[in-house]
Parts: sequence; C-alpha cells; structure tokens
Amino acid sequence: MAKVRGAVVVDKEGCKGCGLCVEACPQDVLSLNKEVNSRGYNYSYMENPEACIGCSNCGMVCPDTCITIYRVRI
Amino acid sequence: MNISDIIKPENLVYEKSKLQLNTIMHYCPGCSNGVVHKLISEVLEELGLQERTIGVSPVGCGVFAYNYIDIDWQEAAHGRAPAVATGIVRTNPDKIVFTYQGDGDLASIGAAEILHACNRGENIVVVFINNGIYGMTGGQMAPTTLEGQVTSTTPFGRNIDLNGYPMKITELIAQLPGTSYVTRQSVQTAAAVRKCKNALRKAFQNVDQKKGTSFVEVVSTCNSGWKMSPVQANKWMEENMFPFYPLGDMKDSEKNAPVSKN
Repeated sequence: MAKVRGAVVVDKEGCKGCGLCVEACPQDVLSLNKEVNSRGYNYSYMENPEACIGCSNCGMVCPDTCITIYRVRI
Repeated sequence: MNISDIIKPENLVYEKSKLQLNTIMHYCPGCSNGVVHKLISEVLEELGLQERTIGVSPVGCGVFAYNYIDIDWQEAAHGRAPAVATGIVRTNPDKIVFTYQGDGDLASIGAAEILHACNRGENIVVVFINNGIYGMTGGQMAPTTLEGQVTSTTPFGRNIDLNGYPMKITELIAQLPGTSYVTRQSVQTAAAVRKCKNALRKAFQNVDQKKGTSFVEVVSTCNSGWKMSPVQANKWMEENMFPFYPLGDMKDSEKNAPVSKN
C-alpha cells in the first residue's frame, strides 16, 4: 500500500491536449480523454487515479498551467 | 481513500501562480513558451517582485506575453526590446526590467541591440527562447536553425554554403564583460523545468542586486513549425538541438569579471 496518495485536477477547458503531462507522469496515471472539450481538444484526465503519488511532474511540464496537484500522507 | 478526500486546500502542493492571469494562452498545444511564462510568474511571485517588475515583450510568438502575466509591460518594436529595456532601467533604476525574446527577434533582427545592451552591462534580465525557427510567421529559417534542418524557407535543409552557419548567440554573449550570468536551459522534462526555474530565480536576484545583465537562454520546441507532435518535438530537441546547444551555465560571476575558459 502506498504511503502517499495524490490527486490531479485538470482544468478541462484550459487543456490543449498536448500530451506532455502523460509523457511526464512516472506512474502512468494521466491519459488523454477520448472526449473533447469545448475547443475540440482531447483533454488530459486521471485514467488510473489510485497510482497517483502527487509528484507534480505533470504540473511542472504543463505549458498551459491547467493542472492543480494535491498530495496526502496516509 | 476517495479522490474527494485528497482534493482539499490543506493538501495542495502545486497550483497556478497568482501572477498568471486566467486568459487561455494563444500558443500552440505543447509550446515551451507557456512553461517559461509560468516559471517567470512563479519566480516573481516567490521573490515578491510583482510591483517592481517591468517586462518588455517582443515581436514574435511572445508578443502577447502582457496578456498572461500580471505585471507592467511595454511592447517593443521587432528586436528592439533590449534598447527599450535600457531606457526603462536607466530612468527607473529601482525597477526589475526583463526582456522576453525569441530567436528571430533576438538573434536576427535584434542582434545589434542585444550585443550592445549586454556589452554595456545594462541591469536587465534577458529571457531568450531558442527554438531554431521563426514560429509565428510560419516556420522560416532563423539564424539558430541547425545545419540540414528543414524549414519553410529551406525545404531541402539549411545549406551552410548558402545560408551560413547556425549561430550560438549565448556563447557570444558570455564573452562580453557586461554580463554577470549567462546560462542555457531547457524545459522538456520536470527536472529541466526545475533547473530552468532556479536559473531564472538567480537571474532576477542578480538584477535586484545590480550585478549587470543576466542572460537565460531556453532551448525550446516549436512543434507546429517543426511539423511534429509535442512529445516527438521534445525527443527531436534532445537528439538534435542539445548536441549543438549544450545546456549549462556559461558564465556565473560578477560584472566585468574575466570569462572562464572552461
């Protein structure tokens, strides 16, 4: 059982679906959605939320700063 | 544990800087400019320099930078940002002045302005986005375009005999005694982004301490201009740009210090 749990909130309308966060995630949590936002981009979402450790790598590389990260010790 | 138990204000570890406005950026998906805007906002917020900072935005993709960061801005003519910044900093010596320029703006049309501003040792930060291409106007060849790189004006690759050699402007600037900190960074991975943030922080601190020009080059991608996906563009940059534009500090000293031979 993981000692740290994280969660990522992606601003769905701000995301442009570039996929850099998907590439940066060491735990393969993020993925691009099959649905699109109002501007037609396949926005990023947590496909595998249990694996997130809140490392904030995705937030660091996001060019549009649409990712907010939370982390808690359990 | 549910996601809603984790998403609480007390567990917040990373959020958008308060200096960054909520306008959606006009940059293409995956553009490095967005990351650099974010880093500048974070650094200025952490150093508490919001009220004292004046940015000079260029002509190029970064032209709308004033819509994204909540500080004072001045727009300059193409390539003339260092000249405008010189005027601002000489009349307002207490302000933190920085220019934000791309490679077409800084290395081509504004080559004279940047060399002479750095040579005079004006107390400014220069943020130089080097993506090896004129991004905004449609991917034409820039002075920093690599040998053999295909652009819309060099469809068979850059030919040295015809187009000259790619220009390492940061190495040129490191030779000038007016500069105090000259570095080359990138923003393609989380580790690189953190290093780049430290470099920007140091550059702004140097200017706050009136140490002379600080020059931060960021080797960037232009995935639209290079005709690649953002992830492919990052890989291409690592394989092709980094051997020619090696990352690291070129100079980190006081103003007027001799240039290290290393």
